[in-house]
Amino acid sequence: MEQGSKVGGTKAKMLKSSSFIATIIMFLLYMVPFVLVLLNSFKQKRDIITNPFSVIAEKGYSLSNYIKAFEKMEFLKAFGNSLFVTGLSTLLVIALSAMVAYYLTRANNTFSKVLFAVMAASMLIPFQAIMIPLVSIYGAKFHLLNHRLTLVFMHTGFAMSMSAFIYQGFIKSSIPISLEEAAYLDGCNKLQTFFKVVFPLMKPTTATLVILNVLAFWNDYLLPSLVLGKKELYTLPLSTYAFYGTYSADYGVIMAALVLTVIPILVLYLFLQKQIINGVVAGAVKS
Amino acid sequence: MGRKTGEKVKNFCIFVLPGCLVFCIIVIVPFLYGFYLTLTNWDGVRKVKQIVGISNYIAVFQDADFWSSMGLTLKYVIISVILVNVIAFLLAYVLTNGLKGQNFFRAGFFTPNLIGGVVLGFIWQFVFSRVLVNLGASTGWGIFSSSWLSNPNKAFWALIIVTVWQLSGYMMLIYIAGFTGLSADVLEAARIDGATGFQKMKRVILPLMVPSFVICLFFTLSRVFMVYDVNLTLTGGEPYGTTKMVAIYVYEKAFTARNYGVGQAEALILFVIVACISGFQIYLGKKKEVEA
Repeated sequence: MEQGSKVGGTKAKMLKSSSFIATIIMFLLYMVPFVLVLLNSFKQKRDIITNPFSVIAEKGYSLSNYIKAFEKMEFLKAFGNSLFVTGLSTLLVIALSAMVAYYLTRANNTFSKVLFAVMAASMLIPFQAIMIPLVSIYGAKFHLLNHRLTLVFMHTGFAMSMSAFIYQGFIKSSIPISLEEAAYLDGCNKLQTFFKVVFPLMKPTTATLVILNVLAFWNDYLLPSLVLGKKELYTLPLSTYAFYGTYSADYGVIMAALVLTVIPILVLYLFLQKQIINGVVAGAVKS
Repeated sequence: MGRKTGEKVKNFCIFVLPGCLVFCIIVIVPFLYGFYLTLTNWDGVRKVKQIVGISNYIAVFQDADFWSSMGLTLKYVIISVILVNVIAFLLAYVLTNGLKGQNFFRAGFFTPNLIGGVVLGFIWQFVFSRVLVNLGASTGWGIFSSSWLSNPNKAFWALIIVTVWQLSGYMMLIYIAGFTGLSADVLEAARIDGATGFQKMKRVILPLMVPSFVICLFFTLSRVFMVYDVNLTLTGGEPYGTTKMVAIYVYEKAFTARNYGVGQAEALILFVIVACISGFQIYLGKKKEVEA
């Protein structure tokens, strides 16, 4: 493509530079909401109402919005809940789906074909078609709501099929059976073979799945809102939502709360940008 | 595989059973139980349910609000799927053309996807109801004179704008992967044959990008059809239900109006529609796929 544009005349060059300018304008537009939220999170309500664009605030900048938001939304507690739920769910999905995918791919019998087919079909089911019976069964019948572990198991269950699928693709294409046979001859049983030989070889896929699942669990709102009804169990999206309902007129504090909520994931993005982008693309292409 | 049957059973229990069990009790059992629910008149509270046959399904077909919400969702889906993909494709095209700092731009455009829909909706609520109104007042631009979110015609477009902003960066990455995977030989051959930029795009690039289009359409369709978080926090379905997409509608039917049977019947109809669209689209994509 680059060669093509080099041979092109002035017209092609003009087209190229104007498309660059359009992209930059587009980029600025995309970023404006973030900048506005960050800017106004340091300002007092009156300054925000008079002019949300002003860089110079009459009443000055302060961190008071942050202090208030941090305390009132019980940030640390919500952050801890999010961390617990996301961490444990991810761990479970990775371990369980990798083992299922490995065993079934190698067994390759009718049962594994049927199970994979069921999992593939289940990916077409929208969450809305499951949430009502889910609440009926685990809420009304078994009274298991309002436990973080219930949410962990539900996250795990919903993420199983996609994760198992991506693992299956990788095992089929990239893990030679001869390695496993060698491990078997060396006296490893199946479990040892899996954890010492196969699982370490699946690292790239595991990285992709960790990223996809962490993002999905961390940001999920609907499922946690159905499971966790008590304030002290709220994850970050839930506590943000509840906080907004109470303080919606106090713009500065709200902006600070929104910044606080997105900071953890943005910090992660700063350090793992390449891995996250590659993981998301790999996940989309493979599924 | 284990040599003896006993070992086989043991391995099966260790490897397959836990994952399979979680998957079944969280996904399969509720899904099947959902069919049973649609045959009852349960309100979510009472201990006893009565079997009412297919009357819930009849109620769904008579529920005009459900179908108008469904129609609204379809309109929203069509517009946003087209806009998301056109913008994502163009961004990807420019950002694989050697713009300085293109990795920075790619990372920036993708950022909204890292953040949950709840927060995105709140951010834009501030933008639409405060910032743009303020801009309207200070510049005199009539288009922003009142909040888009309280205007029955404009609130829908506000939701579209936020959706496009949210998803186009994601799809851009997939298109970029597609562009990077294009064979340089084929493009070179097209150039030597004297193809202009437009011809090259139409005859060579677009057909080779079909797999990327299929992935992106599948992704945007399933994401957009089920929109909930952003819808909830940006407009909450207001004003006057003009932005109430079908996911919120089903939620309210079951949990707010306490009509589990009808709510679940509507959710299943949603499932059938989504499954048909996705299946049809995958079939179409496979048919059109071109070997490079």
